[in-house]
Amino acid sequence: MIQRDVVITGIGLASSLGEGMALHAAALADPPAPHVDTESFAPYPVHPLKPLELDRQIPKKSDQRQMEPWQRLGVYAAGLALDDAGLKEDAQAKSLLQVIVAAGGGERDHAVDSAILTGMRGANDAGAYLNERLMSDLRPTLFLAQLSNLLAGNIGIVHGITGASRTFMGEEQAGVDAIRTAHARIAAGQADVMLVGGAYNAERRDMLLLLEAGGYLRKGGFAPVFAREDGPGIISGSAAAFLVLEPAEHARARGATIHARLAAVGATRSRRRPGSVEQALAGLLAGFGAGDQNRLAISAASGAAGVTAEEEAALKRSGAARLIASGDLVGHALEAAFPIAVALAAAAIAAGQTRDAIVTGAGHWRGEGAAHLVAA
Amino acid sequence: MSTQHRDAKGRPIVAVTGLGIVTSLGQGKQANWDGLTAGRSGIHRITRFPIEGLRTTIAGTVDFLFDGPVSAPELSEKLATLAAEEAIGQSGLGQPGDFPGELFMAVPPVEMEWRQKQELAQAISGDVDYDGLLATAAGHRHKPFHELFLFGAVADHIAERFGTKGSPISLSTACSSGATAIQMGVEAIRRGETAAALCIGTDGSVSAESLVRFSLLSALSTQNDPPEAAAKPFSKNRDGFVMGEGAGALVLEDYDHALARGATILGIVAGCGERGDGFHRTRSSPDGKPAILAMQDALADAGLNPGDVDYVNAHGTSTPENDKMEAMSCAAVFGERMATLPISSNKSMLGHTLTAAGAVEAVISFLTIANGRIPPTINYRNPDPAIPLDVVPNTARDATVRTVLSNSFGFGGQNTCLVLTAGPDAA
Repeated sequence: MIQRDVVITGIGLASSLGEGMALHAAALADPPAPHVDTESFAPYPVHPLKPLELDRQIPKKSDQRQMEPWQRLGVYAAGLALDDAGLKEDAQAKSLLQVIVAAGGGERDHAVDSAILTGMRGANDAGAYLNERLMSDLRPTLFLAQLSNLLAGNIGIVHGITGASRTFMGEEQAGVDAIRTAHARIAAGQADVMLVGGAYNAERRDMLLLLEAGGYLRKGGFAPVFAREDGPGIISGSAAAFLVLEPAEHARARGATIHARLAAVGATRSRRRPGSVEQALAGLLAGFGAGDQNRLAISAASGAAGVTAEEEAALKRSGAARLIASGDLVGHALEAAFPIAVALAAAAIAAGQTRDAIVTGAGHWRGEGAAHLVAA
Repeated sequence: MSTQHRDAKGRPIVAVTGLGIVTSLGQGKQANWDGLTAGRSGIHRITRFPIEGLRTTIAGTVDFLFDGPVSAPELSEKLATLAAEEAIGQSGLGQPGDFPGELFMAVPPVEMEWRQKQELAQAISGDVDYDGLLATAAGHRHKPFHELFLFGAVADHIAERFGTKGSPISLSTACSSGATAIQMGVEAIRRGETAAALCIGTDGSVSAESLVRFSLLSALSTQNDPPEAAAKPFSKNRDGFVMGEGAGALVLEDYDHALARGATILGIVAGCGERGDGFHRTRSSPDGKPAILAMQDALADAGLNPGDVDYVNAHGTSTPENDKMEAMSCAAVFGERMATLPISSNKSMLGHTLTAAGAVEAVISFLTIANGRIPPTINYRNPDPAIPLDVVPNTARDATVRTVLSNSFGFGGQNTCLVLTAGPDAA
């Protein structure tokens, strides 16, 4: 079995801080005050997306109209990554490019839902009423904006990618497994160039509802991810990250700029009980070996009670020189959280802030992952 | 291990040692095979929810597993569990609750359903809005709703139940998802990452809203009477697909690993091909290029030629566009031989099991190989002269089938093709 070095040659990032690799690398070096909106979705704080000039990555208005915000955000960030890798105009490369997207989906039409739920209470035949209203009120195109695999589909359409795409679902761990699988396929020679990442729109009450049903949201004001004892929970953020991965030799042969080498990615599923997340993450990190004395650790921790403290403990034991929670910069972006943390680590290495970085992410309810990046 | 078997490209060979299936025709391989070869349809009038006001009132729902109302993730999990139990049982691999391999699962996207939202809405006085729902949810009396509607939960529960190893994958490539789950298992075994994989496609998501969504895209047949005649792939009067439910499960295993433990080899997943289509969100490229390339990639991956294929298990949805595009693409791949190469659509009887279809149809393809009998395309009364094909019309046919090409095409430009063959012993 061949094992090839896997490098990162394209980074696309967009968040509440703005867009681009340089801006996010600067934020890592000198963290700005977080951009948090505590009013719009009160009592739930969110990191709102800094508005994008969509035309720059999605030139056709008709394409923009057929997507919901999470898809536009993801298509935009994917375009940034392709531009950064120098592949946007390379039709041959785009016909071979393989895509893995970590996605949620299902952005609801909140007004339609609310009106139907109100009407159903007084309806003689709630089922018939629901059918009638759905037939008349649902927008046909909304379905396509909701389907999980249509972020990948839209990336293909907008950026002209005719290689295959796969969509992983399953909250934070989908992002871990997307990066892990992309890395494994390139290392083993099953793919040559991959675009991998995810996007999350936090500014939607339907997702807040799902997370709040489980009691996973922080209420009130912002507090750092590792200092939420007064009110543990997720502060979600609208953000996206995409990476272009390829074999080191392939990158050198085409003269691409190598930002960092993705040395290893691990994922596991602990049976959650006190201590299991710390043990799982420590196990994954131990596989990466002792690092450079200037090692940077970036945690994609959600802020959920218990597991976040365990993630912090595992990282503190890892001997990293510096620990940053990506949630403190851009909020928690579920499926996109781990890709964002990996993108941040690569950006830090590319900017010369460190030569060695580890990334961890424990999902708010299941799944643990870690990655190791080094200067190429 | 004495000898290491490798495929033409020097990779581990991926054997199939267990198969499981549940559809509207019943639970298990026997019930499904009996129904499919008898040309029986599982499509019927919907009774799970009111159909008043709907344009399409039929589906191949699986109604024999739950008495009361059931959510899509609950039904999808149950279907997957039954299919996986059958597949793992047949393989004899591992111990109960300790499957020594990874899990790759195609699952339907889910979201909080009307029943749960209605329950939350009951606590609200005055007009309902999401702030009201959030305020109710904040009371944390509906905690199970969270896990029920997480995208990763069905696969997580299956991983827990069967004791699969590693981080379970929940994936979607729309209507080719089941095939992608198999492809990911193949890739992991070829990488040497795992000696076995449990690959499942499951879908129990027929609801009023899912029907309406497809209706609004004009994707569904509206020829509701009689229900069993609505799905008519490749017929001139085809007018859309019929939604179906079900699950297919396959135990994939490194061939040498299976040999070493004396397992029965049911077949080989010899090749996989996939291509994206940047043309349109719901329509395929008019030239069929991505589908053609996906079929050719799958054959090349298997080290086989079009002439080696004995039978095509069609995507065959019964939509005007898919069947035309698929026929044209097959003609491009197989040339003049396509006029006599058998191609049939299981969806004529099962409906389109969406996320599950690729896995369900792979299981049926292996049964076709094992039994030497090709399930028909039923309801083929009015052939479409524009696409002359041997669709194995209406009646099952005995034939020696060693190599099957199974097609799956989906919204969002997803095209996945699998080459499935008999085990080497039958060579």
